[in-house]
Amino acid sequence: MKCPECDGEIPLPKDAIEGEIVTCPDCGTSFELYKMEDGKFDIRSIQVVGEDWGE
Amino acid sequence: MVYDYVRWEEKAIANAAKKKGLNLNLIDSKDISILLNKDYKNEFGSVVLQRCLSYFRSLHLTAALEARGISVINNFNVALTAGNKLFTTLALIKAGVPTPQTTLSFAPESAIKSLEKLGYPAVLKPTIGSWGRLVALLKDKDSAEAIFEDRVHMFPLYQIYYIQEFVKRPPRDIRSIVIDGKVVAAIYRVSLSGNWKTNMALGAKAEKCPITKELEDICDKASKAVGGGILGIDCMESPNGLLVHEVNNTTEFKNTVPTTGVDIPGLIIDYLMKVRR
Repeated sequence: MKCPECDGEIPLPKDAIEGEIVTCPDCGTSFELYKMEDGKFDIRSIQVVGEDWGE
Repeated sequence: MVYDYVRWEEKAIANAAKKKGLNLNLIDSKDISILLNKDYKNEFGSVVLQRCLSYFRSLHLTAALEARGISVINNFNVALTAGNKLFTTLALIKAGVPTPQTTLSFAPESAIKSLEKLGYPAVLKPTIGSWGRLVALLKDKDSAEAIFEDRVHMFPLYQIYYIQEFVKRPPRDIRSIVIDGKVVAAIYRVSLSGNWKTNMALGAKAEKCPITKELEDICDKASKAVGGGILGIDCMESPNGLLVHEVNNTTEFKNTVPTTGVDIPGLIIDYLMKVRR
């Protein structure tokens, strides 16, 4: 998958899960994996850090 | 398991369930649309593991599920208490668990008065939040006034002035992963040189920490104080012994697993199998 920020190649994890956070190895931007209608994975932007995010 | 984004932890828990033959459904909370008076036991199974990254999302979803008789780990009261630093401190004090001296104020002027009681430096923390975000070191009256001035222009949550003494400690704290009151693994979180915060999210280094009797005892008490379940309990080594300064409700353990070799995801699955109805 191509990183929309830097055009780097983001590898799809073999055991990918919908909702998984993937990070571009070139620019470090994080994206969320989601399934398209054809069942294939694509990436979309995520909120970088929500004010209530955490552990 | 309900989630919103899948971190290393959620993936590891899903893999551990597969290994143990447990049918763990992964439900993205962002896809949930529930009628509050309907029965959802078939959809959500015998127990729900709550792993949302967003605290408000997790708290509200847990409330809705529990109201329909669905068992959630951690339960609503634990999430409410451990997700809020003030509520956690109050619960720890009530249970007699050693914790740093803490003050509460609602305006900059009274917060400055609080600091006269605590002394400088002190630490201002948002009552809700993680990873060291917006946690500020108040070195003196001038820096405190400057930081409080900023807070006046922020969301009301940040105008709750929860201030803790700055505990004299080594440049590290202890993160214990506690399941049902038992410490299953512990690490030192060693702060980066020049940074007083020990959050892993800020680059702190993980080192294996021995599980001593003192650590076991204080974590068991702290776990009981907030209501049990699966917790990440943070302690500081003060000159007078351990102090619990934080309890995490949806604890991360990405660094604890490789540092300690403990199969925390597997232990979480074992716990779920034990408590499911």
